Amino acid sequence: MKKKVVISANDLRIGYRTGKQEKIVHEHLNFQLLAGELTCLLGANGTGKSTLLRTLSASQPSLGGELQIAGKNLNEYSEKERSRTIGVVLTDKTFTGGLTVYELIGLGRQPHTGFFGRLNKEDKRVIEEAMENVGIANKARSYTAELSDGERQKAMIAKALVQECPLILLDEPTAFLDVVSRIEIMHLLHRLATEQQKAILLSTHDIEQALVLSDKLWLLSKEHGLQCGITEDIILNHQMENLFPHRDIRFDYEHGVYYPTVHGEKEISVESQDKTLLHWTMNALNRNGFECKQIKNEKVLHLIATSPHELHLTMNGKETCHDSFENLLQELIK
Amino acid sequence: MNNKGITYSILLTVLILFLIAANLFFGSVDIPADAVIRSLWGEEVEKASWSFIVWEARVPQAITALLCGAALAGSGLMLQTTFNNPLAGPSILGINSGANLGVALVMLAGGGTIATGGITLSGFLSIVLGAFIGSMVVMGLILFFSTLIKSNIMLLITGIMIGYITSSAISLLNFFATAEGVHSYMIWGMGNFGGVSLEQLPYFAIFTALGLLLAILLIKPLNALLLGARYAENLGVNIKRTRNLLLISTGILTAITTAFCGPVSFIGLAVPHIARLMLGTSNHNSLLPVTLLSGSVVALLCNLICILPGESGIIPLNAVTPVLGAPVIIYVIINQRRIQYFN
Repeated sequence: MKKKVVISANDLRIGYRTGKQEKIVHEHLNFQLLAGELTCLLGANGTGKSTLLRTLSASQPSLGGELQIAGKNLNEYSEKERSRTIGVVLTDKTFTGGLTVYELIGLGRQPHTGFFGRLNKEDKRVIEEAMENVGIANKARSYTAELSDGERQKAMIAKALVQECPLILLDEPTAFLDVVSRIEIMHLLHRLATEQQKAILLSTHDIEQALVLSDKLWLLSKEHGLQCGITEDIILNHQMENLFPHRDIRFDYEHGVYYPTVHGEKEISVESQDKTLLHWTMNALNRNGFECKQIKNEKVLHLIATSPHELHLTMNGKETCHDSFENLLQELIK
Repeated sequence: MNNKGITYSILLTVLILFLIAANLFFGSVDIPADAVIRSLWGEEVEKASWSFIVWEARVPQAITALLCGAALAGSGLMLQTTFNNPLAGPSILGINSGANLGVALVMLAGGGTIATGGITLSGFLSIVLGAFIGSMVVMGLILFFSTLIKSNIMLLITGIMIGYITSSAISLLNFFATAEGVHSYMIWGMGNFGGVSLEQLPYFAIFTALGLLLAILLIKPLNALLLGARYAENLGVNIKRTRNLLLISTGILTAITTAFCGPVSFIGLAVPHIARLMLGTSNHNSLLPVTLLSGSVVALLCNLICILPGESGIIPLNAVTPVLGAPVIIYVIINQRRIQYFN
């Protein structure tokens, strides 16, 4: 099955215009966003993630090029049509504490309701369905002021859902959330994309979750512009290194996380049968300024980790055994 | 409107009818109740002056208070939502001092005094127009500053500063005005629901109704604005047009009340809070009607308090409204952690 194209951009130029002056943030952008896919937009601070999202949600005009949403140029949309096509979840402060969760989500029906915003049967059905979908139905009668941050974010996602848009844009929806809520929200978004065939694009700094649940990645950087692709293609083509072109940061392809580069003045060779143990052993050594080698070399220090309580260290031809990392590190740093 | 909203609306309407009656029966001059009723029916009463007082003072005053209260409370609510600031209000943001300045300018240019000017339609219109332009200019300034100043408190302070500037402009005008003009200006500045005569009343009512109607038509975008401007825009609200309509509506309401009743303080600021606390919601579907009705109740009540001294005179309106309004604001500020609509 061929997936429907929801956003397509051709030679798009984004940035700010003040008078006749243009401040270009990015140009020659080409990308597509497909229905049924969750896409994460990653990038360092100040690379223009928000500018891109704002351009896509028509909060600010593009400076040039072509931008089509659902097969129609974005600037040809009327306000009403647009509000039924693009739903957003922002980081902006809201003042809805005195509304119930139900009323808040009901505001999302405004593109569909009449002059006074009265909710009819269909509106109520859609709202209740969305509350079930995001798992906040039990809070329907609570004030939004009483929600936790995670619940509030779910309510805002439900608000975007009841707009019944093919496209949902989210600006850092998991910022300020604890791990449990972060995972919950990402799972929720992935499920909504798949089940409801929505195109969902979100910006995030939560790379860990993005790599796990994102169908596609958009990497945005000053040096390389926008790079798009299936998550695993991006990773295995070694494009993650382009995201933060900083010599002190490297991407660990095995674990999918960024690490500070080790400038070890001391070398040590490490061996272990247990992969987890090896990983954390190297973690401890790296942090303490040792560069780890996997090949045994008689000239340098050598460590054999059999278990977390059996760490054999060979130093100057003398072997010692340590029963914890605390003791091992004490010996090494001495 | 939800059930709670309907219940409160009915209750408040009954209260308003009761207060209107009280305003007709009681005044600084003692008139027997049956004489008041017979005057209202157009029958002869013992003293011709009683009939005159009922028709020329008490009736217009009660209706003026009714409309003024609704107008001020309504514009206060609209300002609080527009600026997403619970402490906004026509007097705090300097909007009614803008109207004052407009009125003062008209008065000086026309050579008349504020208190007596405008018995004719053209005189009435020029005063309203002056007040309207004055309040719109300040409102526009505040809107402009609100794009530059993100902090709510700083914006309020800016509004207060604008109020000071217009006040000093008015003082300057007073300096050049006649002693008589200054006196009538001072009287006017104390606030008074008796500023509208029976002949002016229809015009006054039409303008107020127009502003209130506009406010009611803006209920849907007002609700969207609770989410902030960008969310509202995403929900299909044309922010620029909505802000302009809100500006016109609050401008009309503040201008008309200020032109005739003086700069009445605190009703615009405090009443929306009373309504929110009663209803427990910031949903304008029920909040706006209840705010308008509560405004009328408070204004009619204040007018009654003003005539308490009886024969010896009338307490200035602006001596009464802060006593009722300020404690509400202090209560709200102290309890803001507990009150939902702040969070």
